[in-house]
Amino acid sequence: MADSIIRIRQARKRFGAVEALRGVDLEVARGEVVLVVGPSGSGKSTLLRAVNRLETLSSGEIWVEDTCVTSARADIRRIREEVGMVFQSFNLFPHLTVTENLALAPTLVKGEPTAAVLQRAEALLARVGLSDKAHAYPDQLSGGQQQRVAIARALAMQPKIMLFDEPTSALDPEMIKEVLDVMLDLAREGMTMLVVSHEMGFARAAADRVVFMDEGLVVEAGPPAALFEHPQEERTRRFLDHIL
Amino acid sequence: MTALGPAGDGMRGRPQADPASAMHLNESSLIPGDRETLAAWKIAFFGAIALTVALPLLRPHPFLEILAFVPEGLTATFTVTLASIGLALVLGLLAGLGRIARTTVINRIATVYVEVVRGIPLLVQLFYIYYALGPLLHLNGLLSAIAALSICYGAYLAEIFRAGLQSIPKGQMEAALALGLSRTQALWRVILPQTIRVILPPIGNEFIALLKDSSLVSILAVSDLLRRGREYASTTFDYLEAYTVVALIYLIMTLFFSRLVGLLEERMRTHGRQHH
Repeated sequence: MADSIIRIRQARKRFGAVEALRGVDLEVARGEVVLVVGPSGSGKSTLLRAVNRLETLSSGEIWVEDTCVTSARADIRRIREEVGMVFQSFNLFPHLTVTENLALAPTLVKGEPTAAVLQRAEALLARVGLSDKAHAYPDQLSGGQQQRVAIARALAMQPKIMLFDEPTSALDPEMIKEVLDVMLDLAREGMTMLVVSHEMGFARAAADRVVFMDEGLVVEAGPPAALFEHPQEERTRRFLDHIL
Repeated sequence: MTALGPAGDGMRGRPQADPASAMHLNESSLIPGDRETLAAWKIAFFGAIALTVALPLLRPHPFLEILAFVPEGLTATFTVTLASIGLALVLGLLAGLGRIARTTVINRIATVYVEVVRGIPLLVQLFYIYYALGPLLHLNGLLSAIAALSICYGAYLAEIFRAGLQSIPKGQMEAALALGLSRTQALWRVILPQTIRVILPPIGNEFIALLKDSSLVSILAVSDLLRRGREYASTTFDYLEAYTVVALIYLIMTLFFSRLVGLLEERMRTHGRQHH
């Protein structure tokens, strides 16, 4: 893959006696949407969090564009400016309004002029369908609304890559669709997305590739239809039986 | 040594500012307990005011004279209290951050400070700074008192800051870092603003405790409220009357501030709830 924007080589991560990642290789092409699935404890979230170094690897390398994230000399903050992240628990800043949540990092980290940032925040809120919540506080929003704000907050930094760590796992069933719709929209616009999720509907509609992980290793990967209909590995089959 | 009694008690038995209890106040604590406390507060507060007004009216001599003489000490009492709480907040924030720092050396220094200071009675610290270190430091009574109270309360506030900082979910720091903020930016813009909201009530309680403990400075010849009462009594021998007025003034002040803290707690509780 010549135009890989993320390159993961032999990623290993040890937490005490537990080896969460046991040598993962993965490349994500520019504009590609990759869904990572696997049982809990398979290392998928650890892998995702290693991409923006919220988790440091025990060994191996991760490259984002031309920068080696895992190098101690890497300017990690500059990488994080380009890699947006959405968390399972939203993690909006409760003391700030929705607009302030969106505007904090662009003004503070990039030093962008407030007027430009506010204009972008307004457009982003319109895009996620929450223009009327611009001045609300996070605890005044439903879970689905909070997660949509969290996506808009990450997009406000104009990242090249978006990481999603189980973005719908903490949501009530009736709120999942509104979040997936925003993600779908983003995928169609060509955003590079690395998503840890078991949303098979989203995988079928938007993913270019599904990666199945188990016990810290990539077991198999392929286009969603192929992987779901004709898994090659027994472990994949067993896992899919559970969630499909 | 009458003056030492209440102050000495205050050091050991003062209501522990427990951030945990202030942070996790749930709705159930609103019911009869709070109503009972409010009724008791009203009796104590308005009773104290009524007595302060009635006594000089009923017995102008010596109460009117005492009331004219003693309040001059309020200046010293408030100077000591406000300067000490201000410095203690700075010390407490630094030590509280030190307690959660990942650098072992900083963590160790902060922890030793907190443990040492909390293990020594405030009165001993006061004597230590004024009498033992006084000749070296050339501090007068007022400055010694402010130094001792700041160092002592800094340690107590450090524990409040630590508990407050640790009560903020880990995801807040992660979200801030993921957006490209530095740790320092995340701390000032994301973590601390949330922490302060949580710890305001326990800090208010520390302020009240400090207001009371400021009476210790009277031993160092600082003319605070208590010292003025003592000065009056030592010339007229009206001990009962003088200390009654002193006690009433302290009571009115502390009850007033504790009600403010109570209202603050209530407001934070209802603010957190109104949206759901």
